[in-house]
Formats: sequence, C-alpha cells, structure tokens
Amino acid sequence: MRIALFVTCYNDTLFPEVGIAVVRVLERLGHTIDFPYAQTCCGQMHYNTGYLPEALPLVRRFVEIFRNSEAVCVPSSSCVGMMREHYEKIALASGDKALQSEMAALLPRVYEFTELLVHRLGVEDVGAVYPHRVTYHASCHSLRNLHLGDVPIRLLRNVRDLELIPMEATDLCCGFGGTFSIKNADVSGAMLEEKLQYVQKTQAEVCTACDNSCLMHIGGALHRQRVNIRTEHIATILGSDSISPASRKGA
Amino acid sequence: MAPTSERERQPLDFPSAALPLLHDAQLRGNVRHATDVIQGKRFRVVAEMPDWQSLREAGRQVRAHTLDYLDVYLEQFEQRCTAAGGHVHWARDTAEANRIVLQLAQNPTGRVIKIKSMTTEETGLNHALEAAGIQPIETDLAELIVQLGHDKPSHIVAPALHKNRHQVRELFVRAMNLPDLGDRPEDLAEAARVYLRQQFLSTPVAISGANFLIAETGGVCIVESEGNGRMCLTLPQKLISFAGIDKIIPRFSDLEVMLQLLPRSATGERMNPYNSVWTGVHPGDGPQEFHVVLLDNRRTEVLRDPEARETLQCIRCGACQNACPVYRQTGGHAYGSVYAGPIGAILTPQLALMERGQSLPYASTLCGACYEVCPVKINIPEILIHLRGRVVTGRPSYLRALHPEAMMMRGMQWMFLSETRFRLAQRFGRIAQRPWIRRSGWIERLPSILGGWTRTRDLRPLPQQSFREWFQARPSASTGSHSTLPPQVSSEPPEVPHG
Repeated sequence: MRIALFVTCYNDTLFPEVGIAVVRVLERLGHTIDFPYAQTCCGQMHYNTGYLPEALPLVRRFVEIFRNSEAVCVPSSSCVGMMREHYEKIALASGDKALQSEMAALLPRVYEFTELLVHRLGVEDVGAVYPHRVTYHASCHSLRNLHLGDVPIRLLRNVRDLELIPMEATDLCCGFGGTFSIKNADVSGAMLEEKLQYVQKTQAEVCTACDNSCLMHIGGALHRQRVNIRTEHIATILGSDSISPASRKGA
Repeated sequence: MAPTSERERQPLDFPSAALPLLHDAQLRGNVRHATDVIQGKRFRVVAEMPDWQSLREAGRQVRAHTLDYLDVYLEQFEQRCTAAGGHVHWARDTAEANRIVLQLAQNPTGRVIKIKSMTTEETGLNHALEAAGIQPIETDLAELIVQLGHDKPSHIVAPALHKNRHQVRELFVRAMNLPDLGDRPEDLAEAARVYLRQQFLSTPVAISGANFLIAETGGVCIVESEGNGRMCLTLPQKLISFAGIDKIIPRFSDLEVMLQLLPRSATGERMNPYNSVWTGVHPGDGPQEFHVVLLDNRRTEVLRDPEARETLQCIRCGACQNACPVYRQTGGHAYGSVYAGPIGAILTPQLALMERGQSLPYASTLCGACYEVCPVKINIPEILIHLRGRVVTGRPSYLRALHPEAMMMRGMQWMFLSETRFRLAQRFGRIAQRPWIRRSGWIERLPSILGGWTRTRDLRPLPQQSFREWFQARPSASTGSHSTLPPQVSSEPPEVPHG
C-alpha cells in the first residue's frame, strides 16, 4: 500500500527518529511511504488553547494535502485525537461545505501508527528486536480518544527479547496537557512527580508510549532527576532490529 | 475567615491558588486517599452493570431532553407542587434567593437545620442567615465538619474530603468540648449524633437542597447516606427546599435511570442508604409548610449557549472530581468555588461570569477522564476548550491583538502555513538554542514564559537534522511528494538540507 506519513510538527523538528522508524517499519512490511513536504501542524495547539479561528487554516491545509491519500499514518495519538474529536466541528464552524465533505471522506483513512499496523494492516509482529526492559505509559489520547486499548501492548509483546513490565496506574495522566505544562507548571510538575513514581517502580530501562508529547514531559523530568530510565516512542522500538538497536543521543 | 462575598470579588487564579495546596502534603495525601477509595468502589459497582453504557446514554437523553423543554417542565413542576400544597418561589440570582429564604426561615429559636446543599453554598446562604441573626446548623456529617472548622467544602459529594479522621477529632474536641473523644469513626459518628439529635428535636425549620425535582408529580427527591437528611425532612414544622432550575427531571419513572446512575457514580454504592421523595404537604405527617426556592443565577445564560448547555445536565455526583488527575493534586480549594474539579472548571466561569473564571478552563490537561466517568456524558473537555475560546475572544479589543499568547499563536500559525518558513524556523531553533544547551547535552533552563517548562523538566535540544531533511536526503523507494499540493496551499520548493 502507498501510505502517506503525517509525521507531526514536533516529531519532525524534535524527534526525527520517530519518523525514520515509522518509515523503516512500514517499508519492511512492503509498503511505500509518501511524505508530502507541505505538511506542518494539525492545529491542536491553537485549538486546544482556545484559538479555533487560528486553527482553521491549519486544518484546511491538512485536508488539502492528504485528501487523495489512501491511508494516512500519524505517529501521535494526540494529533489523531485532535482530528477525530474536533476537525468536524472546526469545519462546521467554517461554514465551508466542500471542506466538510472532503474531511468526512478523509478522516476514516487517518490512522495512528499502532492502529494502522494492527487494525488496518493486520500486523502484530513487525519483526523487531529490542533487548531491553520496557514499560508502557497509556497516554490519555491513545486511551480515551482513540480507544487503542491493548493494541500497542500486542505489538510490544511480539518484539523479540523485549521484557514488558506493566506499570501501575498506567492510565494516569502524566500532566503534560500542551500549554497546561506551562500555564499550570506547578500542578503539571506535581502530576508528573506522581507519574514518575510509577515509572520508577517498574525498574524498566525504557518508558514508551504512542505520544512523544508525554514522553518529552516524562523524559525531561527523568533527565532532570538523573534517573537512569530513558523514553522511547513506540515506533522507534518497533523499528529496531538486531543490527541497529535504537539508542538515542542528544544533539 | 473572609466572608464569601469578599472572596468572590477577587479574581480567581487557579495556578496561584493551587501553589500553597501543592505544598500541603497532608492535604494532598488525604485527597489522593479519599479519591482512590471512592474511585475503587465506583469501579467495582460500575463493572458489575452489563448495561452501564446504555444507562449513561439514557441518563444523558433524559437530562438533555429536560433542558430542551426546561420552561415547560419548570411550569409543570410549579403547578403540581402548588396543587399538592407546596409554595414555589422563583429567584433570579443569589441575593434574591437568600432574601426569600431569610423571610421564610424566621422562627423563635433563631436556628435552622440544614441538609447538605451545594446550591446554598453557591448563594452563600449560611453567611446571609448568620448576618440576619439566624444560626444555620449543618446536619450532614461532612458539612458539619466544614462548618465547625470555618472551612470551605472541597468536594461536591464529600465536602470534608480534604480532612482525615484525626483532624476531624481535633475539630470536634474543640468545637463540642469533648476532651476525651477517640478518633475511631464510630467515636466521631457518636459525637456528631449526640450533638445533632438535640438540634433535630428542637429546631422547627429545615432547609434542604434537592437532587431531583420531578415535574410530573411536583415531588422533590434527595438521596443521602446518614439519615440526617431524613430527620430534617420529617421532624420540623417547616421545610424549605432550595434548588437550581436545572434539577428538574420530567417523570417519576426517570428516577429509575437516575437512581442507578447517581449512587454508583457518587459514592460507589448500588443504592443510597436513604432515598427520600416528598410531595407537598400531608396533614399530620411531616412538615406542614413546604416551600421550594428555584434559583436561576445565570443558568438560563448557560442554556442559551448551545456549545455549553450540556453543563446543566450535571447531577452533581462528583465522579469527575475523583477521576481528575488535576483535582487529585490540588483538592477542591484551588478552584475558588463551591464547584471544584472538572465540573467546577466549566460551571464556575459560566455561573460567576467569565471575568472571574479566566484561569479555570485552563486548569485541565484535557485527559478525558472526567468525560469517561460522567454518568450523563457531559463532554467536559470539549466545553473546556469552548470556554477557552470565550476567554480569548472575551479579551478587550486592545488586548486581543497584543496579548503575548495571541501574538505567539498568530506567529506559530504564520510559520506553519508555509513550508519554507517552517524549515527556516527549524534551522533558526537549532542556532538559537545553542547558548542554552548544558554540558549534559540537554537544555536545563529557558527564559521567560518557557521557563515554566524547565522548572521541573529538562528539554532535549533540537537535533541537527529534521525528519523532512532526512527523508529528502535519503535514496529510497519511498518518495517525498510535492504533487499532492493543491494550488491554494502555499508551497515552496524544498531546499536541499545541509545537515
């Protein structure tokens, strides 16, 4: 299949290894990746902060770029959540009938990365090898917006040499919340502190999730506290093989 | 303690109000423990219901339908209640509601007994009664604890949730003069019982809230755990029930749905120990004078906003508070309102004018836990976002363009609307971050508004190559495409990256 990749603005800029891993996994499964260079941001930050009119051109841009794609892969459940939960409302508010109908046709073809693998491509074993102890943080959007359930877990269970350690209160919000982490920095920090206790209790080497936003938050605090647990997006784990274990270094 | 009216004049600022609470380890421990216990119980009694989701949908439909025909049902309620011997009073705002109650509550003892009611907290009725020389006596154990401690409720269902039993004991020792009181739950319950029985038997007027007003019969329904409410409903000569106009349900049979949803969501019980429904006056049985005060207090304004009217579906179960990871850290007092937690974050700004609730719609990560547990399916995250929009558009016109956040949002949008600008921004970021990268290879401190991030977290710097640069540079079967770009989307030919 020809799969269009919407890598998301922050993965593109901050975590290119996630896009690289998605490409590796999907190509390994025999698919072709299409990367439209005009893509930028889904508009989530604008919309969630209360700037609906400012989000509209970004929403329109996304639809125009991907409207002819057979399937769109997005390695971020919060961005997919934004599309599924809010895009129709934004299109409705714009009064643009053409946008509304194009969006209605496009949205069912937009998949979060793990969802694409399991639900659309029917793959649970991507042939990855990852010899590490890993724990999984169920991000709010993956859980409550996309209802991914155990989809990511099923993929992780099939990774060779990976030891999956369950996390207590895995569904507890890490406290990121986009601009919340800055507007309510202290409360966000307190929430993170509780999350970290559960992460550390697992004694895993790696904490993973379907959202790099949560992982940036959790990983940032782990680094601040010099805790020897690193964060990896689930795509980089699924993209690992015995020759190139996913090890990441700062810039 | 400052009276409510003074507190209400100060603008609410959630982050500042939360700060001292975050440093109160005792309070946070109490809140976490209590919400964990209630959540655990709720989870068990919800899990045993095979049709819970259909029940939620039924609850939502009953409430949404009621709001669509609220005028009809309110008038029906008034007519049926009056026909049964009750008196219905309409109050536009909190001042009018309190005035009505003050007139009705006059009695020779100078006291009234009260059943727990969030709506009377909303109007500050106790302060109004005290100012008029009438002593209100809270008979709900948790409300009594709040009252004796000159405290504020911190939770809709469990107002004293922020206190543990040792703290309650100390309060009772002082307030009831019982130096030898133990701190076992039964000791505390017994002390309260002795204290309250005297009040029940000697006070001729009771004030209650209402869980539901039944339009079909003119009846009022209250559910409770302790039976103290039942005492207030049956012993006094006069009963005044106080309720928001949103508390209506159309039919008696709607209780079938509501009385399954409410106790399971609120206290994790299959059924409340005491369920009382009373209708009008019955000679020789219970209060011989019965009044209902119906409070608007901007509820009709909420009703007028199609994006937010769902807020009024709320049946005050408090499940969203127990599920909320923000409330879990701060407790209820950070919300500066009788309605705390997620429902408070959407209700308070709407009831108390947006000027007072600027920060509340932002006091959420939009994690969705509240929506998931809401028994009547109020999409709280969606309403939070809607109210954020009202905060933004409600700014004075001179500020709207110059507000730093608005300028940043417009700047980001301008950048995201052009591929070239986005690429340049990525490159600029790599250069601009250089002075901030520490020896560890991470960014540990950032200036101004971004400093909120680095207060508790480090930040990995931007890598030397963005994904799009990597994709473009690699020889591969997969292709980057420019062909899907429609003419109306601004697109520039990508530059060749130099890594």
